[in-house]
Amino acid sequence: MTTVDTNPGTDTRKAGRFVYISAVVLLCAWVIVPLYFLLINTLSSPDTVNSFPKAFVPEFDLGSLSFFASFAGMLTALKNSVLVAGMTMIMSIVVGAPAGYALSRFDFRGKELFRLLILLTRAFPLPLLALPLAVMFIRTGLDDTVFGLALVHTTLAIPFAVLITFSLFSGIPLELEEAAWTLGCTRLTAFTKVVLPLILPGITASAIFAFVISWNEVFAAAVLTIENRTLTAFLLQNLDTSPLHLKFAGGFILVVPALIFIFAVRKYLFAMWGIANR
Amino acid sequence: MNARLLPYILILPVTLFLCLFFLYPFLLVAKQAFNNGSGFTLENFQEVVGYWKFPISLKNTLLLAAAVVPVQLALALLMATMVNKMQKGRDLILYVWTIPLGISDLAAGIIWLAIFEQSGFLNSMMSGLGMIDRPMNFLSYQHPGIVFLAIALAEIWRATAIMLVILVAGIGLIPKEYYEAAEVFGASPWKRFWRITLPLLRPSLQTALVLRVILAFEIFAVVAALGGTLFPVLMGETYAYQFDLLNSGAAAAMALIILAISIGFTLIILRALRVPKGAQI
Amino acid sequence: MAEIQIKNVAKRFGSYQALHDINLTIADQEFMVLLGASGCGKSTLLRIIAGLETQTEGEVWIGGRRIDHLPPRERGIAMVFQNYAVFPHLTVFENIGFGLRMQKLPNDEVKRRVERTAELMHIEQLLGRYSGELSGGQRQRVAVARALAMEPDVILMDEPLSNLDALLRLEMRAELKGVLAESNTTAIYVTHDQVEAMSLADRISVMHEGRIVQAATPVEVYRNPAERFVAGFIGNPPMNFLPAASADGGKWQVAGEIYDGPAAANGVEFAIRPEDIAPADTGLPAKVRLVEPLGAHLLVTCDVDGTMFRAILESDLQVKPGDMLKLAPQTDRIRWFDSSTSLAVA
Repeated sequence: MTTVDTNPGTDTRKAGRFVYISAVVLLCAWVIVPLYFLLINTLSSPDTVNSFPKAFVPEFDLGSLSFFASFAGMLTALKNSVLVAGMTMIMSIVVGAPAGYALSRFDFRGKELFRLLILLTRAFPLPLLALPLAVMFIRTGLDDTVFGLALVHTTLAIPFAVLITFSLFSGIPLELEEAAWTLGCTRLTAFTKVVLPLILPGITASAIFAFVISWNEVFAAAVLTIENRTLTAFLLQNLDTSPLHLKFAGGFILVVPALIFIFAVRKYLFAMWGIANR
Repeated sequence: MNARLLPYILILPVTLFLCLFFLYPFLLVAKQAFNNGSGFTLENFQEVVGYWKFPISLKNTLLLAAAVVPVQLALALLMATMVNKMQKGRDLILYVWTIPLGISDLAAGIIWLAIFEQSGFLNSMMSGLGMIDRPMNFLSYQHPGIVFLAIALAEIWRATAIMLVILVAGIGLIPKEYYEAAEVFGASPWKRFWRITLPLLRPSLQTALVLRVILAFEIFAVVAALGGTLFPVLMGETYAYQFDLLNSGAAAAMALIILAISIGFTLIILRALRVPKGAQI
Repeated sequence: MAEIQIKNVAKRFGSYQALHDINLTIADQEFMVLLGASGCGKSTLLRIIAGLETQTEGEVWIGGRRIDHLPPRERGIAMVFQNYAVFPHLTVFENIGFGLRMQKLPNDEVKRRVERTAELMHIEQLLGRYSGELSGGQRQRVAVARALAMEPDVILMDEPLSNLDALLRLEMRAELKGVLAESNTTAIYVTHDQVEAMSLADRISVMHEGRIVQAATPVEVYRNPAERFVAGFIGNPPMNFLPAASADGGKWQVAGEIYDGPAAANGVEFAIRPEDIAPADTGLPAKVRLVEPLGAHLLVTCDVDGTMFRAILESDLQVKPGDMLKLAPQTDRIRWFDSSTSLAVA
């Protein structure tokens, strides 16, 4: 605003700007460089992975990945992971979204108690519950099945699904639904014709979120599956025995979908958490 | 459909689900922990607590949480405020910074293994710079400090993003006018951060800390990938009781101990950061 | 025929009584305005008629058919919402045609009716746009067109102009009045803006604390308020009130002056509109406190017998704070209110 004191000001401002930009770059490097190292290892031949010293550029050899693909049980584990995550995604939305809608649209007796139940689950180390469930599943025949694990993962994902869909539904003004009712809609058609189209991108984002929760879960997967290991459980079980290149290729396969998913939901990440805070 | 019943019909599936897969198993854990087949007992707890590894794994878990969570909080706050005043490239930077959010603890452990293992990148770098003659085995019992550091770094790397997201969302909820008003009244950027951002951010700080602290006590796969048996933690011991020792009563007792610690810390955080009614945004 | 009858309607939210025993008949093709301050129950009443809220007691009839148990879609109503409720994922065309599509009308009929109402509301060039590309005023037009396209028996409007800026509000008000007069529908219009109510209404229902205190033509409501509340609510500035002491035989002493008033009654209050007062040789003694020139008039705030008293006077009058005036009320415009019941007494 003033022109008099710009000279001493610009220097400190320039310095501040330099510090600011280098800090941003540094923090980006802090996130990316370890991922890059994993990439180098994945795209190198098994021999290179186990050799020393390491080159800091990948040699684009698919040896480690093909070793991973041919390792006994690995592809089944990958398939199981996809299956469990897919089921978790569908179940958590189908079960969670109606509750999110109820929380955003109705005042009912017991609403606070219900909210408390949802919030309580977030304060618990949920994977621990896999221990007694293992016993329960043996009795019901769900033990060591993809579906049984998907049920547990759905329990992990449901609090998020409810809170996220709650925030999404709250973002749709009730007036829009009321307008649809006065224009000839039933509750159901107003939902399908007005609310659903508006909410669909957000629902997709929270479904993807549920997928990632399940995809990444290690403890319950390791406890509940024996033959039908998911990728995480399989890798964990073989950590002591498997060669380095197998670990790195496996880790890489674990990371890739996560990168894509976070990219797909990035627009919703903050909006979802903003309200899921309450 | 009856409008009065509708909300209950809508929450029924979740309620059933949580009763069946959350409350019921929770009761089962409690029963398993306190029951030896003939009645109430504290044997399982005595056994677990009396085991020589218990004090170590408790100490390790707490130390790790104490080292990791404050760093993450500071880092997340720094990143959130930096993003907040960013004009260009905000979305890209945020995407990069939130990438670890999607990465599992196991994958994070493996990623940092690539750096710290004997033929890994840290050794390569150090030998490239002539600091060492031959690769060192960092992740061994001779270097407990480095094992701890590797695990802590992996955790900080992986789980700062979740706090960042919560804090960025929280800062987004603070109306810009407050900052403008504070500026008009002569508050420096530093003062504005301490006097406006932090107090108004308390609800988000609460959520972020609770979530992080609970997850910190559940730490398991990162440790398994990097430290193996060198660095026992509570969750790893629980897993060992269940699988290696096939003692589900002891595993249940461990689970309850972790639960109790989590709840205790949750209450402390909620109490320390509580926002008086009427002082919310 | 779409006469609306509201019979003994009451609404409670928990222990809070939002509406007390409302009875109101709105004639076919009448334009009825529900006027009141926020929280008076006017929106609740409208939403009960629309079927968006369920009454605790009472009945609602439209065109000789009891409709209070029906869902909104079966009531033969259309509604314009305060925030317009234009569907963001549909074009203007599909918004206006939304209700017609729900009735499964053939495509060409939908097109014909959408285009006709769009023309009526001067938005035919916007039919391909989405709500995000429209201004507030344009959204408002879409909302009205959407309601009109239904060709409803009854059109309900909940503060439809309150989110527009002043100039646009004036323009839309005139247009709305014209369009609705041609459409032969019965209209119920909720507002807190008395000027809007005066200019639009065939009849105004003034609401206060969950009751209708007066339902009459705008002129009647203005000239002959049925209750002290209405007198103090309608008009800007509202009526002046002064305490009156009984002098015998239907005469009352007000600030030292004697006026003819109601014969019976216990205690009454004297009331006069600010514009029904003129300076004269004799009249209420007033000490000028504040003079506000309004262009055409002067708004003069005075102190009469210790009570605040406002008068709208000719703008060429030379007054300044501190002056003493004698203000003579136009005697046929004096109104009296019972001080215990607050009702008007003749």
